[in-house]
Amino acid sequence: MNINIAAQINSFLAALVLLTAFGMLVQRRMYGLVHLFTWQGLFLSLNTAIVGYVAGRHHLYISSVLTLALKVILLPYILHVLIQRLKVHKEVETVINVPMTMLIGIALVIFSYHLMSPVRELSNLVTRSTLAVALATVMIGLLMMITRKHAVTQIIGFLAMENGLFFAATSATYGMPLVVELGVALDILIAAFIFGIFFFHIHTTFDSLDIEQMARLKEED
Amino acid sequence: MNIIVSSVLLLFLSALLAPLFKSRQRLLINASFLLAAIASLLGAAGGIWVVGAGITSKLILPVGLPDLPFHLRLDPLAGFFITVICLLSLFVSLYSIGYVKGYLGKRPVTSLVVFYGLFLAGMLMVVLADDALFFLVSWEVMAAASYFLVMFEDELIENRRAAFLYMIVAHVGAIAILLSFGIMAGLTTGFESFSGYTFDAMRQAEFPLQWATAAFLLAFFGFAAKAGVVPLHVWLPEAHPVAPSNVSALMSGVMLKTAIYGIVRVSFDLLGGFPWWWGAIVLIFGLISAVMGVLYALMQHDLKRLLAYHSVENIGIILIGIGLSMIFTSYNMPLLAALALIAGLYHTMNHALFKGLLFMGAGAVLHATHERNMEEMGGLIHRMPWTAALFLVGCVSISALPPFNGFVSEWLTFQAFLLSPALPGPLLKLLIPLGAALLALTGALAAACFVKAFGVTFLGHWRGSRNPRVQEAGPTMRLGMILAALMCLFLGILPTAIIEWMDILTEQLVGDKIGTTAGAFGWMWLTPIASERASYSGSTVFLGILAVVAVVYLLLHVKPSAIHRVPIWDCGFAKINQRMQYNAASFSMPIRRIFGFLFNIKEQVKLTPRGVHPAFPMRLNYYLRIRDRFWGWLYKPVVETSFRLSRRVGRLQQGRIQAYLIYSFITIIVLLVFSR
Repeated sequence: MNINIAAQINSFLAALVLLTAFGMLVQRRMYGLVHLFTWQGLFLSLNTAIVGYVAGRHHLYISSVLTLALKVILLPYILHVLIQRLKVHKEVETVINVPMTMLIGIALVIFSYHLMSPVRELSNLVTRSTLAVALATVMIGLLMMITRKHAVTQIIGFLAMENGLFFAATSATYGMPLVVELGVALDILIAAFIFGIFFFHIHTTFDSLDIEQMARLKEED
Repeated sequence: MNIIVSSVLLLFLSALLAPLFKSRQRLLINASFLLAAIASLLGAAGGIWVVGAGITSKLILPVGLPDLPFHLRLDPLAGFFITVICLLSLFVSLYSIGYVKGYLGKRPVTSLVVFYGLFLAGMLMVVLADDALFFLVSWEVMAAASYFLVMFEDELIENRRAAFLYMIVAHVGAIAILLSFGIMAGLTTGFESFSGYTFDAMRQAEFPLQWATAAFLLAFFGFAAKAGVVPLHVWLPEAHPVAPSNVSALMSGVMLKTAIYGIVRVSFDLLGGFPWWWGAIVLIFGLISAVMGVLYALMQHDLKRLLAYHSVENIGIILIGIGLSMIFTSYNMPLLAALALIAGLYHTMNHALFKGLLFMGAGAVLHATHERNMEEMGGLIHRMPWTAALFLVGCVSISALPPFNGFVSEWLTFQAFLLSPALPGPLLKLLIPLGAALLALTGALAAACFVKAFGVTFLGHWRGSRNPRVQEAGPTMRLGMILAALMCLFLGILPTAIIEWMDILTEQLVGDKIGTTAGAFGWMWLTPIASERASYSGSTVFLGILAVVAVVYLLLHVKPSAIHRVPIWDCGFAKINQRMQYNAASFSMPIRRIFGFLFNIKEQVKLTPRGVHPAFPMRLNYYLRIRDRFWGWLYKPVVETSFRLSRRVGRLQQGRIQAYLIYSFITIIVLLVFSR
């Protein structure tokens, strides 16, 4: 495959990842969010495979498969089960209204490009132009955690952040060493399980998964 | 070295074994305090020998953190402080056998026994430590153990408050000491290596002046908090009265001395050369503590609280000696520096002994009467002749009257003052005479205070409303007090022997010694610098006083008719009762008038004229409350500011996850913007 075409595909996939990130920012329905998250994982996995092919780093194939298994199949499945069990597929309330969130997201993307411009000039990797997108994805994930009230959206935001980090690792240095990646993947899986268990407990304690309720835990003075 | 380490191990053993004998309290008391006494005897013998032989030995224990073993070092300075600690703890341990039995049947004493052993072991370890880590570990063992000892009667809210206050001050001080060691260790080897934590490395390092000053000031603050230097003294009059008396004797007698040890160790040994104004700082704080301590002591009616304030005063006197020694050292006058240092250290030992004796006496009174307020006591000399006589010895010693030991060390301090016109610098020329005058004032006020303490407690008639059955202290309690009193006398009449014994300290720390000149005229005459300047013979004074007393006694008692017992002349009042005696508040009133601006005094006199005419009131209420001004000046503002700040910071904690996420989000953005 021509390296230029690879770079083109890479950029295209980066754009899709960013698009899904924005999609998650505005999506109000739970299932919609999980679907978008699945799509993001798929793009990520494809991107990893292509980068691995172009750069000749074969361990990236394993990462790619791992991503596919975890973020496209297993985690969405867990989230589906969670949503069904807890019956929380109703619409998600946000703290700030959606257009405002979008504007902040756009500002973050511009900020990321501004931040990464010196890196782009120094780097000679195929994937250098996507670094800014990766950073933007991380920040949008964090923004999502800030603007949503619901505990399940919090974890999706967290996972989206992790996606961004993974993306950044692939595009900045052709991926982390395999051991690290395996470790991170395992961490994510365990985090998802722990979140799941906690959600059940929170649900039984507060009868809701609205994290505003948790402010009641604060010590009164 | 081995003998001291085995003494420490014995103390740990006594603390560890105590819980096993929980069910047999009487045996527990006998066995563990006897064990502590044996350990102290061992330690004292080892300490005396180490100072006498002037040897230094080291030991590295492979415990502690990985790669940071504990270093122990026993040099004459450590040996001297071990001697002081162990001598007093020997007497107090004997005394405790009787004293602690007073708690039998009231409350279990296991915790007292456990922490007593730990406390003594902690103090010995502080002195033995030769690296910052072991020093701080020992320091904390000592502080924590003494906290639990203060808390012993924990059902009283007063005790819990005192212990909490003590804990706070001890830890603020410990933080300052930690920072000081941090500075020294950091400058010794840089921050790449940890090997700078040993005192040996610090000794060899050269510190830039500003960093050395920072380290010294932090260490002085930390140790001053422990020693109870004004204005960091407030915990002392709270904690000492509420602790069991044997513990207060140890806390006041020797725990404060570990802070003195720390100041001497850090300034003379670890940091080395210093400018004169370090000494001036120590001297000024010493003077303030001495005067304020004795003035506050005069106002107290609680016997143990009074003694606690006197500890503040005596720490001040010790610091005066050490401060003068630092000034002389910085001007390269080793002989005078040696004299002042000997004066300070001699007073350290003296104060340990007579303050221990006084607290033991106060404990005996408390044990017998269950009363701490002097206004409720009186006439105890008839019921407790032994305690009264021994308490009197303590009073005479602390008032710096010959022939007892307090006189020798204060006299040496005065000698150091009187020899200091040799010093250059107009500021010092102003400070030194002022200091000498203040020290003289302190001595006089202390004497007045102990006339009050002894007079009101032991003389006159019983003032209280209750009339408890007062019994003389038991044999072991008396034994402890008698030994301490004999030591006071011994140190008072044989100062030359002691100074020659201590010579090695000054030789190592300031590079000169006064032993040869001090003892130039035989053991009877103490001539600190030269005989034409000043000399003192404790034994002659002692024999003279003994002779006068004997003559007076013979004159009075040779004829049985020389003493008549008659009713007291009542000045024409009809019914004279015990409440009309001269009491502690009346005794201290003149001084309260003169120095009133230093205290926070609330005095009320209320007349209830219910009789035929206002000129004949039926009843008079007198209310007097004296509080430490430093509460309002220093502590309340600090406490209020910290509460205000924490409330303000507390507003950040909203309990909402989003808020916390925004904090980290903003932090990341700001960092990215600025570190780009």
